[in-house]
Amino acid sequence: MQIIVAPDPFSPGDQLERFSARADGAGAIVSFSGLVRDEGGRLTRMEIEHYPGMTERALAAIAQQAVERWALADALIIHRHGTLQPGEVIMMVATAARHRRDAFAGAEFLMDYLKSRAPFWKKEFAADGAEWVAAKDADEDALTRWDR
Amino acid sequence: MKITVMYFAWVRERIGVPRDVIETAAATVADLVAELRAREERYAAAFADLSALRVALDQELADFDAPLAGVREVAFFPPMTGG
Repeated sequence: MQIIVAPDPFSPGDQLERFSARADGAGAIVSFSGLVRDEGGRLTRMEIEHYPGMTERALAAIAQQAVERWALADALIIHRHGTLQPGEVIMMVATAARHRRDAFAGAEFLMDYLKSRAPFWKKEFAADGAEWVAAKDADEDALTRWDR
Repeated sequence: MKITVMYFAWVRERIGVPRDVIETAAATVADLVAELRAREERYAAAFADLSALRVALDQELADFDAPLAGVREVAFFPPMTGG
């Protein structure tokens, strides 16, 4: 399990290659990367604030839950903070499992939980001003599908 | 007891500082919020609508009726928007 929270840009391709090399014996690997949308050219930049300390703890707890629930061989979460430009990679998750269903489910679980349970806040900057991104009810609702 | 109160995102902007270290006898988060609201208008504005806020106690999400005994760090912030 690896959790990286840092301002630095990273290459999802390189990260996936390293993750795959580590996940020896896993039959399935799923990865997801999230990018900054430019919202039709309106967005000039995005700033991501986080809560140092709590962020790492929350992400580790989420990853641990996924590893246990789907018997993942490994899980990776990388999330940037600071200033990002449209088109830049914000974050990625990757999961390794024996079979694809577990790898997909684990990755979706990681995404759903880190969207509304990890302390990150996005602020969008446009030519006409800046605005904090509002949380969506749909993101909160998405968590209920993992109740059991 | 002395606790560190941290603010993030628009809560931080509205209050104007990222954190306060305060001496308080508040028994619960709600009591602490009442104390903060009474401080100054900018605090009252930030804490006007608790349904728009989340709270963490020592870096774990908690409820507004949670007790503060033994807690060293309280953080207030809007719903999270990671990913």
